[in-house]
Amino acid sequence: MPSPTPTGLRFDNIDKRYGGLFALRRVSLEISPGECVVLAGRNGSGKTTLLRIAARIVRPTAGKLTFPAANSESPANNRPGYVAHTTMVYDELSAEENLILFAKLQGVPQPTARAEELLREVGLYERRASLVRTFSRGMRQRIAIARALVHRPSVLLFDEPATGLDPLGISWLAKSLGGVHRSGCTVVMSLHGESEISALATRAVQLDAGSIIADTKTGASLHSILTFGGA
Amino acid sequence: MSLLSNTVTLLGKELRTEFRSRELLTTTVVFILVVLILFSFAINPTAEESREFGPGLLWLAILFAASLMLQPCFLREQTNDTLSSLRLAVDDPFSIFLAKLIANTLFLLLTEILMLPLFAAFYNIPILPQLHYLLLVLFLGSLGVSVAGTALSAISAQARMRELLLPLLLLPLLTPVLVVSATVSVSLLDRSPVIEWKGIAFLAIFDLVFLTALWLFGEYLLEE
Repeated sequence: MPSPTPTGLRFDNIDKRYGGLFALRRVSLEISPGECVVLAGRNGSGKTTLLRIAARIVRPTAGKLTFPAANSESPANNRPGYVAHTTMVYDELSAEENLILFAKLQGVPQPTARAEELLREVGLYERRASLVRTFSRGMRQRIAIARALVHRPSVLLFDEPATGLDPLGISWLAKSLGGVHRSGCTVVMSLHGESEISALATRAVQLDAGSIIADTKTGASLHSILTFGGA
Repeated sequence: MSLLSNTVTLLGKELRTEFRSRELLTTTVVFILVVLILFSFAINPTAEESREFGPGLLWLAILFAASLMLQPCFLREQTNDTLSSLRLAVDDPFSIFLAKLIANTLFLLLTEILMLPLFAAFYNIPILPQLHYLLLVLFLGSLGVSVAGTALSAISAQARMRELLLPLLLLPLLTPVLVVSATVSVSLLDRSPVIEWKGIAFLAIFDLVFLTALWLFGEYLLEE
């Protein structure tokens, strides 16, 4: 699989308000290409909102989001891959149909071949013709990850990727994420507590009440944020 | 180019999921059938009354059935947050609307074509002599219902009381389409048929105006 051109993310004074409630307040954050950043914080601290803004699903009330070093020759790769709490795929379609659909929409060359390649990578090739509604939680998470990777994004956003996975599933996810990160992809994920997945982090950012309260790349602080940040 | 190819891809998805579940088509066909049968028994019209009231009843049934059919149009995209994945994947969000409204128009037309022979039988109205014009009116009317309905379905899917909101918004907005479609149909099915081109032009303009509005402002309807 060809490596994506590394792309970073830059949030400049991002505000997000829902009515009178601030979900994010003047968040400024620069993520360099190829970093693996963990967003930590309590429920409601703004992690999901920040990720949805980065995915361009939610428009910020104020501020600006840019993708430095984005590849102008391959705009599809510049679209972030996003894995949310839900699978974001169709239950009434098969695993293969879902991947072909999203590959075609994003102009991926040879969508069927790409879908088959990904189904093999996530271990769902044998079940490629099964409808997603027949899948277990772990299999659903695998197809969700495959969908996010179908256009070979240069930025991958994960919202609590380990939710609902058993220890084997978490190990598989950590291995897959590690592979994606090593291929040059910038990874940003929200996590609760330390796990095999958080071990991939090169940086941790802690949010509280919509603001960044800690940002570190060093060992002890990183461990502290990952251990207590999601408490 | 990407608008066209994305619309075709998404239309394929809409048709595949519907023909796999047949949820919308079954509901719509059964609803229109029940309404037509109930009215024909309740009123028991003479041949002249049938010609005068039949087309109006048919359009009323189509409109109510459409409001049932349009409700899940965006609502089922919320189950797995697939609307977000579509918005992430397409360059132009209008392709999402375009695919849905083409699919809705096709489903509505298919239901109407299935119901027309039954309508002709229950109300004793010969439809064959003016069938081509009748199909034109059904197409333009259904397109109007689908365009406005798809836009309102996107709005109501994000609201509380969403089940109530769509019919509340849709029915008043589509009153002109209902009145004009019924009037043109009555004239077409008269003993001395008349083609009301002004009515047909009104339906075409209504469709065009709403389609343009959806193209210009559709993106904002999909925002969280």
